[in-house]
Amino acid sequence: MSVFIQQLINGFFIGSVYGLFAIGYTLVFGVLDILNLAHAAIFTLGGLSALWLTRTTGLPVWASFCLATLFSGLLGLVLYRVAFAPLRRRADSNLSGLISSIAMAIIFEAGAFEIFGARTVRFPQGMFAVRVYHFDSLTFTSLQLEIVAIALGLMVVLSLCLKHSRTGKAMRAVAESETTARLLGIPVERIISETFFVSSALGGAAGILFGLYFNALGPDMGRSIELKGLAVIILGGMGSIPGAILGGIAFGMSEVLTVALTGMSSLRDAVAFSVLLLILILKPSGLLGRGRIRQA
Amino acid sequence: MLLEFEQISRSFGGVKALSGVTFGVGEGTIHGLIGPNGSGKTTLMNVVSGLCPPDGGRLLLGGRPIHRLGPHRIAGLGVARTFQNIRLFAGMTCMENVIAAQHLRGGRALLPRLLRLRGAKISETRSVAEALTCLTKAGIAARKSAIAGALSYGERRRLEIARAMALEPRLLLLDEPIAGMRLREIEEMEGLFRSLARSGITILLIEHNMPFVMRLCHRITVLHFGQTVITGAPEEVAEHQGVIDAYLGPKRTEG
Amino acid sequence: MSEFFAVYGSLINFAGLNALLALSLYVPLSAGQLSLGNAAFAGIGAYVSAILTMRLNAPFPLAIAAGAFTAACVAVVIGAPVLRIRGIFLAMATLAFGEVVRIAAVNLAITGGAEGLIGIPSKTTMLIIYGTLGVAAYFLTILRGSRIGWSFASIREDETAAMVMGINTTLYKNSAFILGAFIAGIAGGLYAHLNFIITPGEFGFAAEVQLLIYNIVGGARSVWGPILGAFILTAIPEVLRGVDITAGPPRLFVNGLILLLVILYLPNGLSSFFKRAKGSSE
Repeated sequence: MSVFIQQLINGFFIGSVYGLFAIGYTLVFGVLDILNLAHAAIFTLGGLSALWLTRTTGLPVWASFCLATLFSGLLGLVLYRVAFAPLRRRADSNLSGLISSIAMAIIFEAGAFEIFGARTVRFPQGMFAVRVYHFDSLTFTSLQLEIVAIALGLMVVLSLCLKHSRTGKAMRAVAESETTARLLGIPVERIISETFFVSSALGGAAGILFGLYFNALGPDMGRSIELKGLAVIILGGMGSIPGAILGGIAFGMSEVLTVALTGMSSLRDAVAFSVLLLILILKPSGLLGRGRIRQA
Repeated sequence: MLLEFEQISRSFGGVKALSGVTFGVGEGTIHGLIGPNGSGKTTLMNVVSGLCPPDGGRLLLGGRPIHRLGPHRIAGLGVARTFQNIRLFAGMTCMENVIAAQHLRGGRALLPRLLRLRGAKISETRSVAEALTCLTKAGIAARKSAIAGALSYGERRRLEIARAMALEPRLLLLDEPIAGMRLREIEEMEGLFRSLARSGITILLIEHNMPFVMRLCHRITVLHFGQTVITGAPEEVAEHQGVIDAYLGPKRTEG
Repeated sequence: MSEFFAVYGSLINFAGLNALLALSLYVPLSAGQLSLGNAAFAGIGAYVSAILTMRLNAPFPLAIAAGAFTAACVAVVIGAPVLRIRGIFLAMATLAFGEVVRIAAVNLAITGGAEGLIGIPSKTTMLIIYGTLGVAAYFLTILRGSRIGWSFASIREDETAAMVMGINTTLYKNSAFILGAFIAGIAGGLYAHLNFIITPGEFGFAAEVQLLIYNIVGGARSVWGPILGAFILTAIPEVLRGVDITAGPPRLFVNGLILLLVILYLPNGLSSFFKRAKGSSE
């Protein structure tokens, strides 16, 4: 029984990182109706640049993490300017945007390979004072707790900002209707840029936390989370922030539970993707979605 | 009667868009459908073309119930339509738009083409000739090689009518066919619709331009809040108090 | 000449197979359906045919046909519910389907697990590849001008308008999906019998994206576009080697850059370049 609970807790830890990653995905989809497949590449670059900063600059850990997050956000701005902004007038912009984001993903990934090399790299040992807590028969580390705290904290901050801040309200207005938002005097272009900045910064932060959790970073670490992130936002309903959080945690838990129950690590994603396929077939708007399926 | 509505109802999430709509459209006539915005005219057209199946009631085409059929089946029975917001195949030329709509008339079968049979060539030549006829009738043959997406507003409306004619329909549904057209174009369209009706095609049309409707239509049905107010000849409709109320709001009785 | 084939033979073979795979995605794309499950269908074709030749000693053509039919049958089952959803949701549903197929291949005993199948008899020749590609291209060209092809194009342009013109959109969308799966199944079978080894990873997300890139770069509005795209992108690594770029990252970078430039400046792909040149000379 305690093994079971331990697995659930582990699933919750990793699920919170998935949720953080997925929030960035779903934010852009919610505001712009486009799928940004370069999100995973930014996730990778976020993680790798944080590692590079801690290793080479001698900055304190928290500072290099903040800088790497900022850097990811700036990459998001570049991404928007280059790959999405020029396509916005086009009739098939959500499809061509999907493709140009794939192009940017390839370019970013090539950059990651070139700069950081193909090897898997780790954070230097002893960088953090990791304490191990025992609670009854359950075990977790201070690092895990910090990761969850940061992930959940960022999600809460984002949700509050969307609800109450001026920019957040403007984002929601643009998501509802761009034309109306423009009529209301909202600077749509700027809001979209800011959406990309926030989304990518969160993606980068997720990359850092992911790298910390497994203590392994590589230029292709985004590939596995790319599809998981998609699965999460569909599970949670496209464009829904609470959905992405819950979807991420559910996905993380289903992963570890599948492995724990079957004993086969190769089956890790099986349940999640089977469920995903079923959901798409039965209820494409997802579990918490607003039913925003495009009907011609 | 070619087309009969019997107690047609349709709701969207609790809002009754149509309730108990009942009237008939005579064969070979031009039948107008008018009413204030939101009175359910376009919904009714979507019901006829099968895009929006009714919740209740019956719809008969030539005596045959069609309200349970899908859009392509209804089109197959000879019902063609245009859309209020114009739905062309924007990436194709005008000619290609019309050829694409010849789906139901057979021809261009795969097997003869694969085997390079002579019939394939003949059927292809005929299909192009027929498409050109449709374009000519709608007065847009001169633009046959233009990409549909690049046409002017009036030209797009004409092309959509040409495309509908390619189905060789018995019943033609026109949703605001002259909206945004200039006076000369409107007169041309009027002539076109009359000649189509003379050739035996029944037309059901939605239009807001009252003088146009009054001149052209043999009979008119007025919808208000999803219900039929009256069906009758233009003069009857014009004098009907319910119609005046529907458009201007009920007259307030003083004192 | 024989020296040329000795050096570039396998490159030419893979270019042909990639072109065939690109065509398999072209079919649903021509009906407006962005399917990202075609690499998975190729995987089904590859595994089924390889298992048949390895375990049952089945004749090669029969094995290829069985693989393609299996892929098509799976497409029948999966297409009916999936094609009710549109656009990006369809893309994601087919992606999820592809993942399920990949996970199945990793976990089944008969597919050899994560290591895949090893020792598949080598039966595919250049003649077979290019013969199949030629037949497929010819068939699809004829199909394009037929009633079916026009229906595909109508659905791609405007599904609702296509419906009211008497086109059974459900039927045609499914047909396009199934035909694409069938062609992908053939290509997968040929690939398996060319390559000696197949592994589940080869038919995953990266492969799906690659097929899409062939179509976008070449242009999915004609049969020749995807073939052109596949040829160019398969040849590029060789060309780059010629100018001394051999490492992975710059090559990746060039691929991404080409894709980006095409989608930004040539929305109908490189093949529209030829059409444009022809149009201006008329």
